[in-house]
This record gives sequence, C-alpha cells and structure tokens, in this order.
Amino acid sequence: MKKLKISKTLKDNILTYGIVILAYLIMQILIGTGNVSSLMQGLLVPLCVYVILAVSLNLTVGILGELSLGHAGFMCVGAFTGAFFSKCMQDVISISLLRFILAIVIGAVAAGIIGFLIGMPVLRLRGDYLAIVTLAFGEIIKNIINVLYIGKDSRGFHFSLKDSLSLGLEEGGTVIINGAQGITGTPKDATFTMGILLIILTLIIVLNLIHSRDGRAIMSIRDNLIAAESVGINITKYKLMAFSISAALAGVAGVLYAHNLSSLMATPKNFGYNMSIMILVFVVLGGIGNIRGSIISAVILTLLPELLRGLSNYRMLIYSIILIAMMLFNWSPKFIHLREKYSLKRLFRKNREVQ
Amino acid sequence: MAALLEVKNLGISFGGLRAVDDFEVSIKKGQLYGLIGPNGAGKTTVFNLLTGVYKPSEGVITLDGTNITGLKTIEINRTGIARTFQNIRLFKELSVIDNVKAGLHNHYSYSTIEGILRMPNYFKMEKAMTERAMELLHVFELDNEADYLAANLPYGKQRKLEIARALATEPKLLLLDEPAAGMNPNETMELMDTIRFVRDNFDMTILLIEHDMKLVSGICEELTVLNFGRILAQGSTSAVLNDPQVITAYLGE
Amino acid sequence: MSFISYLINGISLGSVYAIIALGYTMVYGIAKMLNFAHGDVIMVGSFTVFFAISMQGFPTMVGIILSVVLCTLLGITIEYIAYRPLRGAASSLAVLITAIGVSYFLQNVALLIFGANTKAFTSVVTIPAIKLAEGQIIISGETIVTIISCIIIMIGLTLFINKTKAGQAMLAVSEDKGAAQLMGINVNATISLTFAIGSALAAIAGMLLCSAYPSLTPYTGSMPGIKAFVAAVFGGIGSIPGALIGGIVLGIIEILSKAYISSQMADAIVFMVLIVVLLVKPTGILGKKIQEKV
Repeated sequence: MKKLKISKTLKDNILTYGIVILAYLIMQILIGTGNVSSLMQGLLVPLCVYVILAVSLNLTVGILGELSLGHAGFMCVGAFTGAFFSKCMQDVISISLLRFILAIVIGAVAAGIIGFLIGMPVLRLRGDYLAIVTLAFGEIIKNIINVLYIGKDSRGFHFSLKDSLSLGLEEGGTVIINGAQGITGTPKDATFTMGILLIILTLIIVLNLIHSRDGRAIMSIRDNLIAAESVGINITKYKLMAFSISAALAGVAGVLYAHNLSSLMATPKNFGYNMSIMILVFVVLGGIGNIRGSIISAVILTLLPELLRGLSNYRMLIYSIILIAMMLFNWSPKFIHLREKYSLKRLFRKNREVQ
Repeated sequence: MAALLEVKNLGISFGGLRAVDDFEVSIKKGQLYGLIGPNGAGKTTVFNLLTGVYKPSEGVITLDGTNITGLKTIEINRTGIARTFQNIRLFKELSVIDNVKAGLHNHYSYSTIEGILRMPNYFKMEKAMTERAMELLHVFELDNEADYLAANLPYGKQRKLEIARALATEPKLLLLDEPAAGMNPNETMELMDTIRFVRDNFDMTILLIEHDMKLVSGICEELTVLNFGRILAQGSTSAVLNDPQVITAYLGE
Repeated sequence: MSFISYLINGISLGSVYAIIALGYTMVYGIAKMLNFAHGDVIMVGSFTVFFAISMQGFPTMVGIILSVVLCTLLGITIEYIAYRPLRGAASSLAVLITAIGVSYFLQNVALLIFGANTKAFTSVVTIPAIKLAEGQIIISGETIVTIISCIIIMIGLTLFINKTKAGQAMLAVSEDKGAAQLMGINVNATISLTFAIGSALAAIAGMLLCSAYPSLTPYTGSMPGIKAFVAAVFGGIGSIPGALIGGIVLGIIEILSKAYISSQMADAIVFMVLIVVLLVKPTGILGKKIQEKV
C-alpha cells in the first residue's frame, strides 16, 4: 500500500517534469525547422516567466492556503535588483551566463527578504484582509521603484527619491535606475533554454518542499490551524517559510523578465495589481494546489489572447467571457452536479451494473 | 507518587462571564481520569486552558513538575500535552498517514535544504517516520487506509485518527474531548478497549471529557464534575456518580 | 489657507470613496465576496452619462437617471449570471476570479464601444463655486454636491437598513443565510437588492468622480474601485459608518500627500496607512472581532 503511494507521487512528478521537457524539445524542433513565427518566439521567455510566477504563487495560495494579491510586487523587486546587478557588472563580468546566474541569485534573495519582511507582520491577518494588504504592498513596491533614482560615479553609489539631478553625480557618472524611466540597457541574457531550466529549478524546489516534513507542516496549517498548533507545529515559522520561498521564486521570474527587455519600467501593467491578479487567475484555473495545473493554465491563458489575435479588438472580450464561463463550469455546484450525473465514468459504471 | 498534572485555582472570564472558576485537579501518572458535566459547564474551556488556546486569568498548571501556565499551545505540546477536539479537526486534505506524520513533526527532524535537495538524511528520516506512523495506525486499525485522504474516512475512524495523531507527538498526558461522540454502542465499546490499550501500552495518562456514562463508568478511575464552571464533585468514579448533587445536576430538580 | 482648501478637496474625494465603499461593504457583508467588478460599474455609469449628455445631447437629469437605472440593472444582471451560480462553491476564490472576469468584460466592452482615448467628461454639476475668506478659499460646485450627496446617501441608507423590512432582511442574510431562509426571507431577492443598491451608488459615485476629475477611459473605475475597497477594509468591512470614516480618511490622506509630500507617492502612502491600521486593528477601525470557536 505504502509503496504504491510513493510511486504515485513519483509518477505524478515525473509527468510534471516530463511535460516541461517535452514542450521544450518540441519547441526546439519547431524552431529548428523554422515553423515558429517571430512573434511566437518572442513569447517563449515571457511564457517561462508566467509559469514560474504561477507555480510560485500556488505555493502561497494552494499549499499555504493564503490569498496573496501582491505577487507582482515580489517579481518587481527581483526584476529591478537583478537588472541593477547586471547593469553594474556588465563590464566587470564578461561571461554572460555567470552574470545571469548571479543576477538570479541576487534577485531571488532580495525578493525573498522583502517577502520575509512583509510576511512577518501581515501573515497573522486572515483571508481577504491578507489579500488586500498584500495588494497594498505590491502597489507600494511599484510606487517606490517609480520614484527611485540610483546613480554611480567614481565616488560610489548615490540614491535619491526625488529626481536624477539630486543624485549629484560627477561628470561621467551614470544614472542606473532613473525613476519612472527605470533601467535601460540591461544585457539581454535571458533565453528560452535558461527559462526552462529555471522552471525546472522552481519545480524541484516547490515539489520537493511539498513532499517533505516542512511541506506537511505548511499544508497542515492550511487544513486546520488550531490542530496544527496542537501538535506542536510552529505556525509563524512555516507560514513565513512558504511565503518567503514563494516571493523568492517570483523574484527569479522577475530577473528572467528583466533580462528579456532592453528597458525595464515599473508600470501598472507589468508590476501592478492587475499582474498579480492575472497570476492568481492562472493558479485558480489550473487548480488550487495543483502545480501541474498552474503550468498548463499559465501557458494556455498566455497563448489564448495571442491565438485570438485575428479577432483583433474582440480578443480580450472573448478572453474574459471564456474566463467567466470556465469558472462557472468548473466551480458552480450546479454544473458540478450535472457533470457528475452525465459523466462518462458514471455511464460506464451503469453499464457494468447492468451486466 | 507525585501527580503528573497538578492544577490549582484555575479560572478564566470572558467579558463578565465566569466560564471556569477555581478549577483544581490532580492526576497521577497512568490514570484514566474523567471530566463530566452538563452542556456548557466549561469542560472544553478547561481543555483550552490546559493546552494554551486560552490564557488563564488566574491559577497554576504544572505538568510533571514544570509550570506550564500561560505557555503557548506549541510549547505546551512540546512539554507533553496532546489533545483531540470535540468537533474533529483533522488535516482533511492530507492522507491519513501524513496526518500522523504531521504529529511526528517535532520528533524526526531534517532541514529544509535536506528536504529540497533530497539528501540522505531526508530518506532516512522519512523512512523512520513512515515506520513509526504505520505502527501507530496499526494500533488503531487504520493501516489499510493509510493512503486515503483524511476527509474520506468514516466518522468513527476520523476520531481514531485524531487520537493517533495526538499520540504521535509523544505526550505525557492525552486529553480526549468527547471521543465517543456520534459513535454507536458497538463503536463505543471498541473505543473503550482502544483507550485502555493506549493507556497500558503507551504508559499514557488520559484525561477525557465524555457524556456517555457507560464509557465513563467503564473506564475512568476518578472523575471531576463541572457545573456552571465550578467543581460540583470530585473523587472516585463510583462515589461521584452516586452523589445526589451530581444526579440533580444531570437530571434537574 | 491652502491647507483648508486641500482638506476640503480631501473630504470631497473621500466622499466619493465612501459612496463606492458602501457598495463594496454591503456586497461583502451579504455575499462575502470581493466584487472586483464594482469599480468597473462606476466606469459604466460615467460612460452612460457621457453618452447621454455629450454624445446625444440629452438634458443632464436624463443622463443621470439613465446612468443610475442602467447600473442598477447591470448590478442585478452580473450577480444573477456570474455570481449566483457560484454560491456554495467549494472555494471562495472561484467567485473572486469570476468577478475579475466580469471586470475585464466590462472594460473591454467599453473599449470596443468608446475606444481607448481619454474622453473629456462634462460636469453634471451646475451650481456655482463658493468663495470664502475673501476669495482665498474656493469651494467648487462639484465639491459641495459631492459632500452633500454623501451625507444624504449615508443617512438614507442607515434609515433604510434600520427602519425597513428589506433592510432588516439584508442584516439577517449577512448574519446567517441559512437561518434567514428558515425565517422566510427570500435570500436571492435580498442579495439582488443589495447589488442593485450598491451599483446605483456606484453610478452616482462615477458621475461625481468624473465631474471633479473630468477624464474618462475604460480603466477609470479600477483604481478608485481598489481604493474604495481599501477604504471599506480600513473602516471595517461590513460596517456602513466604517465605510464613511474609511472613505473620508483615505481621501484626506491622498490629497494631503499629493499636496505636501509627493504626488507620485500618494497612493503608496494611502496603502501604507491601511497596512498600519490593519496591523493594529486586524479587522479595521469599526470591524467586529471574530474568534474561531475551538
């Protein structure tokens, strides 16, 4: 019995990794044979970004069971610290792979620390209150980045929250983060292969965490906080652990995102609450707590507007209708009842009973 | 022999309401002790005070010589009190065995890094946890359901799983909050055997809240009766159950 | 003197937030859901006024009535089609995502009809501004109307809930749906009524907001919607006086931060105040404390 279960988890995980690797191989073959439009090729890295975001948010929403609407804020922290590092080190570290890996580490650590600092006070709030506070934090992060100026000259780094002039740079000094204009000229180190490797790294961290002692502790808090306390599980520690790891992985996605663009700005579109909500949509549609589901829904929902491009102005409208319809179909008690009543499985079972 | 649990002058108020007042009890190691009383008498509140869910307004709780008054729930659990709940609180979306493994959390340890990188210690500890959990499940005849989701267990087995999970934390004292609630007479008989078995084989001291008088008189050695938050009677089971005051409290005047 | 002007502007903006927050708070209280589409109902209301007055040349009053009626119907329809089927769903996230879907839907319908260009909204207020302190303080007609509307709505709504049968039914349903149903209250009708009132208020808030800040796009409603929700949470969600306090405080903080600290940081400051309040009082200023029974 027990053996069976281990192999079931293992089978499940192999399937998840397998899908990612297979998708990668198929894409590589299609690119090699020239069957992928340049538009589609441009979408590959963003796809990886969204997959990482969805999987990491699922750690907070599905595994820890807390609603966070500030995931884009952590992505924003990762993007800016990562890009800042790469920009500074562009001339120092010439090996782009090494520079990119270091940027990933730095972005992840920075986002993880911010996640930890935010999580410490707010994780004791419950449900919708936590949701609105994380949304608020996401907006604050975006706002601060928009007024942040950092420059560098021979005397070192200079900071300002006002404008680039008040940095007081010497002649020859450079502005690295220029307020609302953000960072320009980040090396384009992100590649599709790198993105896939980062997805696999994310999966290893998240899946192995879930199927470990810590993961059990996190899920026991989700299922019943009072009971978890009664068996001696440290609620604060594990809530913070899940939240910070989730934030750090969002940071990784941010670094990948930043190194795919020549100019990085914090706008409502990429780092605002709308982005956090979009990631949440991926998670919920893919199945709360279902990691593989997050991957698949992130890919489908990112491609959907592109596939609907032919419908030009109607595409986002259709997207919204599909979203509502899918939610009703998947979650409405009435629909679930109907589905169970007329499901194929049941029809088969009936046949068997007749025999 | 010194008492394992010693409670003196325990009390708590909610707003103006005196929920528990001047509660005292002394439970010896290995004892099967019953806490009874009409609905709303404050029995579960006593459990919540003992396990740190509520902070007592006054009084002292000593477990095995350690003062645990005012400690947090997790600290009290680590000192050696585990409990079950009146309204079952399982980790519903976890498997039966994972519920027990969550109970083993503080006794088999490996770091997060070892878990994520699947280092040798992870496999060693997980294997040990699985073995220990299966032993416990075997005691409660739940080993065949080890991979079921806890939510899918029938009611009686959910109650048993809760006891198994509490035992996994290796307590000195086990608190059972209405373990027989919702069970039929057969299941109750079986449960009585299990409780005795746990006491004998785990060297456990057990304090239980119960309404089923057959169970109480069948297994408890001593009783405390609560009424309106105060102790109405205390002593050996037969003496307490024949106390006219107790009979009045239960049957009304 | 300028401080007083800013304060009055803050109260005016806060009044708009309060009116929107009322819709949020009522819907949350009764349906226990974050209605993310509420902000977009505001936008629909404003576009209706814009369409009626600026494009069709109808009288102002006609535009206002049309907008309120349309939003009321819209609110009822949204609840009926998108939210009601999900009542009793296994996860409360389901209806949240559906609300997001509805929000996208409304934005994109507006985008298709009116395009993405910013529209100049003609104020629906016709009364002149008042000059005080020898012209040092000017209170615009919009400000006066907004504050008065907010007061009237607050009083009206409080009376409605406390004095009418339908209002009492709302309270009952928000306490306990099952029990309310057993007492013979039509739960579905009560929830529809709540959405109707909330959406009508959104329409009023929309025209007041756009009269004071006359630029209109399909996304006009989202940020005020979010901020009004913050105001509702700030004041204690589910509480009507809480929505008023939350809205006004938020409006004042926003305007004063814009004036004295930094216009770019104003939103961040508003959100920071929210966080501090929630950390001190986890259910908002007037929120009820809820403890789980063990």
